Amino acid sequence: MAPLTQLTADQIQPLLDDWFEVEFTFRNTGVLAAALAQMSAGEQAFVLDWTRRIASTHVEISFQFVEQSTRALSLMDERMIEAWVLQAMDIYDRSGLYPGLKVIREIDLFVRQGRERASGCVFEEEAGVLLPFVQGLSGRKLKVEQGDHTFTDSEVIFLPAVMAHLPDKQDNFKLYKAAVAHLWAQARFGTFRVDLEQYIAAHPTPDLALRCFHALESARLDACIARELPGLHREMALLREKLGDADVPDGWTSVTAGLTRREATAADALRLVDKVIGSRLPATSCYQGRLKPAEVTAVLEKRLQREQAQLRVTLKLIEDELKEWREDEEAPPGKFEVDKKPDMSVPEGFQIELLLDGKSIPIPDDVQDTMTSILQDLGDIPDEYLVPAGAGEYELKDYEEKRLDPEDVWGGTYHEEGAFLYHEWDFRRKHYRKDWCVVRELPAKPSHDGFADRVVIKYRRLLGSLRKTFEAMRDEDRLLKRQIYGDGVDIDAFVEAWADVHVGLEMSDRLFTRMHRDERNIAVMFMVDMSGSTKGWVNEAEREALVLMAESLETLGDSYAIYGFTGSSRKRCEIYRIKTFDEPYDDEVKARISGIEAGDYTRMGAAIRHLSHLLREVEARTKLLITLSDGKPEDYPDQYRGEYGVEDTRQALYEAHRDGIHAFCITIDEEGQDYLPHMYGAANYAVVKDVEKLPLKVSDIYKRITS
Amino acid sequence: MEARILKPEEYFINEEPYYQPVGDEIEVFEAAYRNQLPVLLKGPTGCGKTRFMEHMAWRLKRPLITVSCHDDLTASDLVGRFLIKGGETVWLDGPLAAAVRAGAICYLDEVVEARKDTTVVIHPLADDRRVLPMEKIGELLEANADFCLAISYNPGYQSVLKDLKQSTRQRFIALEFDYPDAGLEQKIIENEAEVAPEMAHRLVKFAHMTRNLKGSGLDEGASTRLLVHAAKLIHDGVDPVVACRAAIAQALTDDADMLTAVNELSASLF
Ligand SMILES: Nc1ncnc2c1ncn2[C@@H]1O[C@H](COP(=O)(O)OP(=O)(O)OP(=O)(O)O)[C@@H](O)[C@H]1O
Ligand SMILES: [Mg+2]
Repeated sequence: MAPLTQLTADQIQPLLDDWFEVEFTFRNTGVLAAALAQMSAGEQAFVLDWTRRIASTHVEISFQFVEQSTRALSLMDERMIEAWVLQAMDIYDRSGLYPGLKVIREIDLFVRQGRERASGCVFEEEAGVLLPFVQGLSGRKLKVEQGDHTFTDSEVIFLPAVMAHLPDKQDNFKLYKAAVAHLWAQARFGTFRVDLEQYIAAHPTPDLALRCFHALESARLDACIARELPGLHREMALLREKLGDADVPDGWTSVTAGLTRREATAADALRLVDKVIGSRLPATSCYQGRLKPAEVTAVLEKRLQREQAQLRVTLKLIEDELKEWREDEEAPPGKFEVDKKPDMSVPEGFQIELLLDGKSIPIPDDVQDTMTSILQDLGDIPDEYLVPAGAGEYELKDYEEKRLDPEDVWGGTYHEEGAFLYHEWDFRRKHYRKDWCVVRELPAKPSHDGFADRVVIKYRRLLGSLRKTFEAMRDEDRLLKRQIYGDGVDIDAFVEAWADVHVGLEMSDRLFTRMHRDERNIAVMFMVDMSGSTKGWVNEAEREALVLMAESLETLGDSYAIYGFTGSSRKRCEIYRIKTFDEPYDDEVKARISGIEAGDYTRMGAAIRHLSHLLREVEARTKLLITLSDGKPEDYPDQYRGEYGVEDTRQALYEAHRDGIHAFCITIDEEGQDYLPHMYGAANYAVVKDVEKLPLKVSDIYKRITS
Repeated sequence: MEARILKPEEYFINEEPYYQPVGDEIEVFEAAYRNQLPVLLKGPTGCGKTRFMEHMAWRLKRPLITVSCHDDLTASDLVGRFLIKGGETVWLDGPLAAAVRAGAICYLDEVVEARKDTTVVIHPLADDRRVLPMEKIGELLEANADFCLAISYNPGYQSVLKDLKQSTRQRFIALEFDYPDAGLEQKIIENEAEVAPEMAHRLVKFAHMTRNLKGSGLDEGASTRLLVHAAKLIHDGVDPVVACRAAIAQALTDDADMLTAVNELSASLF
């Protein structure tokens, strides 16, 4: 590599002028160029490279980056500067220009946080471990989320965005884990079984009382954790020492001795509050977080009603099911009860059995979860919970969190409920934009107009031969000859061998024939371009081709799915379900094919990512993703046009490839542009001039892939 | 595949295989056997189905022939085939035919994995005809009165494609197996691996943690078999956390986050 040469201000300025579009923005680049000219050749190259990359996202951010670059180089190494810039762009992506610029301006803040981050743990990175960790623990399945404080509302555990109390990263992770365990223990061992909110409200010094209760409860929960999770308990004790919280005031241990017994409850801790009020309390370790009684009460009240409803509705279902088996319809319905079998290995001290008229019946998994949760709140399943719901008594919908409908995103306020988020590759930044595209799966509009039947008639001759072509690929028994073992005798081989023996040669042992079946095990996903440019004959051709394809594939019996894609911005990528893998090719599907119409623009990357995601879920040895498109890039609006879109699509295809998905693209328009072969690779790309050739093309792909 | 010479008399089980009954499965199996009804064992992997069959074979004093089905297994692998010996073709019974002749118990493990044509030979054996069609030699083999057919099937992880057909499942007496409850499972581990009750207890607890994760990150929780494996390592002096990692966590998942979480769970117990 040639050594870098230092550039002069005169050489630098035109570059900046170009990137900053000075022609239109009239920025003064002279000062900046002069400053850059002072840097070493290596620094110049580094800063200029990033200036160009940032400018591709936003000129103003890039401009301010250059303004700060001399300071940045004096404060940080290159790796850290990169992190700083990427954070600014991530925040710009998510929250807009002003917050993005703020990161660039507040360089000192970033440097300070950077130090923390070097040894600290970031919630986002650890959530993937913390969630299964807490869900593996017994009891109600809790969620973990990032929040401003460390606490739980008895359904969600909130944790801080960064944990950096200790100088060692590993220890900070352990702090997260300790927080999860401690808050889980609050929910599991009945901290919320006392009405704390009421108690505190009635107390003359509420804040102090809450602190005392928290300290006492922590002592009790610690003992619970020691019994239940001894390994973790040891680790937590070590953490307390490292944090400097290990010492307890004199007399504390004897006050709390009673709380460490197995039978101790939160009520016992509450009774001790007034005894310790005024005396010194042990330090609250950071992982113990805080108690928020009001939040808990709100969540608890809703849950109690919801779970009572859920249980009673399910019991009603069980009752109805059993009724069908009973001869005597008039007989009074049975009575549900629960029986407690003592079991000291669980915190409740017993296991629950569901009885109907005194006979034990198996508990379905979801009912088991509900009952576990109720037990955790109430310590028992009250009788009124065991009365099957009356007809129409509950509308379970009322108790579920309001689900937003992906279809009316734009109806009310914008929401991302029910949508899938996918990263997008920004080739200039050489980084993903996180959760950048919002993809929604929508039902396709059927059009019952006999289109498919007309296509079948129009191409009946072609279909006949297509079926034959595809039939030839069906699982066929092949007769293997000259096998060592087999089901039949290979007469030719046998005769030869016989002759060999007579002339004194050694006899071959390959004398059998055997049937061998190659089972093709394929799942094919058709991804149909529904962008605006397909309007007209291309759309018609796509629909005809799909009918022909479906008719041909039916003879094979392979599983296949058809989805259409269009959209108008990264927040609105739409995927239309035309045929899922599980659906049969029936009149409804035919009508949906007929109903495919040209929409707006396309973001191919997002569509590929979503459909690969679906393909990953199906079980098949070979997975194909076949795109039908007109190959017109002009569709792409805003920034997705041109190289950006091409590179993101390439990246999405690469991700699919990594997951073992074979991607192909068939364009229907002869004028398809040359960027498609660039994305799919020449071998995986074909132009088909007329519709009739399309199914043949697919059968070619099949043969290539399976032989 | 090398053809094996099967001598059913070698398949007698002389010593009682340890089996801890979980419900009334032994009585039901015995009743099915007395009435010449075929049996279907349903249940997740590693919950004692194979062990149960060994135990029943010992109890009923019949030889046990087990065939693990896989997706290359054809009907002729079960029924038999011709071999050449000294210039002549010789017929060799497959394991199913051998069992039918000798009045053994034939156990087809994971039967849905086999190719579809195997059902053709299983069906006539599994209804009151009790015959095995031997197409290759044009014979119909009538089952010995002591013959018994048992198949197993794990409804959990099979895909829809590989579901057991109604026409097959409706021929069998079904026994449902699941992981035993905590107390029994602990006893099994103590028995199989000779570890202390406290250790077995914690292993069972760990198993429950992984079973809590079934459906939220894990396809299956730890089976009794995996617990026995871990316990054997521990009995041999391996540190419990290491044993759980090697014998259980690694077997359950390849996902890095999930592995970490599962390992953290076991570390929190010991
Ligand atoms: N009820 C039981 N009594 C004694 N041992 C048992 C019992 N259940 C499980 N085990 C232990 O678990 C191990 C695994 O059981 P087994 O091999 O029978 O499982 P399986 O149900 O046949 O599994 P797969 O479906 O994977 O074949 C046994 O070797 C034994 O150690
Ligand atoms: Mg088995």
